[in-house]
Amino acid sequence: MKKRILTLLAVTLACVVAVSAQGRRGLRINEVMVANDSTSVVDDFGRYSAWVELYNSTFGPLEISSVFLTNDRNAPTLYPVPLGDVNTEIPTRQHVLFWADGEPNKGTFHMNFTFTPGQDNYVAIYDADGKSLIDEIVVPGTLKPGQSYARKVDGEGGTGNPEAWEIRDGSEALYITPSSNNIIKSTNSKVDMFAEQDENGFGMAVMAMCIVFTALLVLAICFQIINKIGANISKSRKAKALAETEPDAVHVHDDQDSGEVIAAISMALHDHLDAHDRESAILTINKVRRSYSPWSSKIYSLRELPRR
Amino acid sequence: MTFGDFIMQNLQEFWHLTGFYNATWEHLVMLVVGLFFIWLAIKKNFEPMLLVPIGFGILIGNIPFNTTAGLEIGIYEEGSVLNILYNGVSAGWYPPLIFLGIGAMTDFSALIANPKLMLIGAAAQFGIFGAYMVALLLGFAPDQAGAIAIIGGADGPTAIFLSSKLAPNLMGAIAVSAYSYMALVPVIQPPLMRLFTTKKERLIKMKPARAVSQNEKIIFPIVGMILTCFVVPSGIPLLGMLFFGNLLRECGVTNRLAKTASNALTDIVTILLGMTVGASTQASEFLTSETIRIFLLGFMAFVIASSSGVLFVKLFNLFLPQSKKINPLIGNAGVSAVPMSARISNNLGLEYDPSNYLLMHAMGPNVAGVIGSAVAAGVLLGFLA
Repeated sequence: MKKRILTLLAVTLACVVAVSAQGRRGLRINEVMVANDSTSVVDDFGRYSAWVELYNSTFGPLEISSVFLTNDRNAPTLYPVPLGDVNTEIPTRQHVLFWADGEPNKGTFHMNFTFTPGQDNYVAIYDADGKSLIDEIVVPGTLKPGQSYARKVDGEGGTGNPEAWEIRDGSEALYITPSSNNIIKSTNSKVDMFAEQDENGFGMAVMAMCIVFTALLVLAICFQIINKIGANISKSRKAKALAETEPDAVHVHDDQDSGEVIAAISMALHDHLDAHDRESAILTINKVRRSYSPWSSKIYSLRELPRR
Repeated sequence: MTFGDFIMQNLQEFWHLTGFYNATWEHLVMLVVGLFFIWLAIKKNFEPMLLVPIGFGILIGNIPFNTTAGLEIGIYEEGSVLNILYNGVSAGWYPPLIFLGIGAMTDFSALIANPKLMLIGAAAQFGIFGAYMVALLLGFAPDQAGAIAIIGGADGPTAIFLSSKLAPNLMGAIAVSAYSYMALVPVIQPPLMRLFTTKKERLIKMKPARAVSQNEKIIFPIVGMILTCFVVPSGIPLLGMLFFGNLLRECGVTNRLAKTASNALTDIVTILLGMTVGASTQASEFLTSETIRIFLLGFMAFVIASSSGVLFVKLFNLFLPQSKKINPLIGNAGVSAVPMSARISNNLGLEYDPSNYLLMHAMGPNVAGVIGSAVAAGVLLGFLA
């Protein structure tokens, strides 16, 4: 019993760890500014510092305390995100900004390193063990002051993939978005697409009905197959059982198992055993039409109609 | 300030807080609607388990009060008791719990014994997408049209679940409309069934289905959940709970859980769901031209769904041998108003042939309709959310 409980606990613990790890893996570096030239955002102290935007790409809140941020490949545990700050929980699909000003004493979101403008800068996030890489990117040295290096689509494009990133200069098309989505959506693109491409809803009706039919058809076919397998299994079991009890019984046909046969057997037993008192020994077999069957019974309905 | 002034001032403030002072004609209209629902339930016995909580909820939600006083009593005021209870509707977790109960009280034997009846449940879902097209025509946005069209599934919890995701602002009207038409199934469906069938078709006798083994009953919810959710993962909350509830019922080793899910839990959630849905129909949110259009569309969806089920059976019969013909009177049961629509099939069948019991045959498409409407909701959610 104890062994069983311990196993259960171990499995539960493993699941919790797995879920936790899976959550942290959804943390993404989303946008970086290496040189803040007073055209971007200011920190709580009114200063223009370099910043790193992290993004929670999962669909649940993400607690990031104890993960590590670094700008050095050889020192993955350079800046541990402190424990005990409620703001280190990033809400679903939201952002948080860290300042690369080299002044960690100014608060949780001020890191102990800075960037070097004019050369490639490495940024990475490591999990609490200091070994598991969560995300990394190399910010190109061509980045000018006031420009940011951002993911084209928030949180998407994988880890360390420069193809998913672009330089943003703050223009109308390439806007800089600290603590905000890199792509600002004012409408639901799916709904817009349907409104534009499928004005009368015919496309939706065809697609959706196909899917509904497919789902239920697959289920129906599956159960036709299960029905057949079940029937075969029960048939073979029945045959096997009959063969074991009486070798000749396997030759008995189902159609012999009628009421007339049973009546004849009863008569034979009656004659043979003579177990009854004096009786006429006349049996009349009438075909009775039965209007009742389990199919007509109300007790087989799902639930009773509510009654007053 | 004299003592008299003090008394008068406080009495005046109190008067401003009362329902009499804050009442508008819209409140009175909604109170009448609530009373009508309660009358329908008690006097006419139309879905009383749903219409009594909804009707009384409408009364609760439409007691006029001073909304600027910050009393935290209204259903839309954060922190109020009603608002906390309403979270199950707005966040969409009541409907899956109801589905758990439906699964635990549903016998899928008729469907397992005759799997082709599942297609009738699928065909009836055309009501949803027919109404979707009409809703677009009336100027609703695709997500709103999807939320309204699900009324055609004749499944209250599914309608609430989908509208809470796609069009939360229309949820009250959609939910009340869905439950109203479900209550009116005995009025809406029989004329359509008579209209689309001949007397000869109504007399078709179907063979009793074979007995279903316990193993098949256990396999059904497991395979059913995996297959349907693989096709439509967005239906997991509803389909997962439906099949889970059914497994609790059929596995034979969780009788206590099945009993709780199908009785106490379902009753509790039904009370909370009905009451909060009713209370969400505050006059200011509910009495709009959109509500009237939603009710019209809901009716249309119901008519299309019922008709398409019957017509599909007629079409299906063209391909079936004489001995395996299906009575088209069970086609209406493809909508998922369980078990009301199956009973209507049965009653109408008995009307034309007193020995023709269609109840268990109709239960097949009826429960397939539950699965079908959950799949349809998943499809709409996947496409439009």
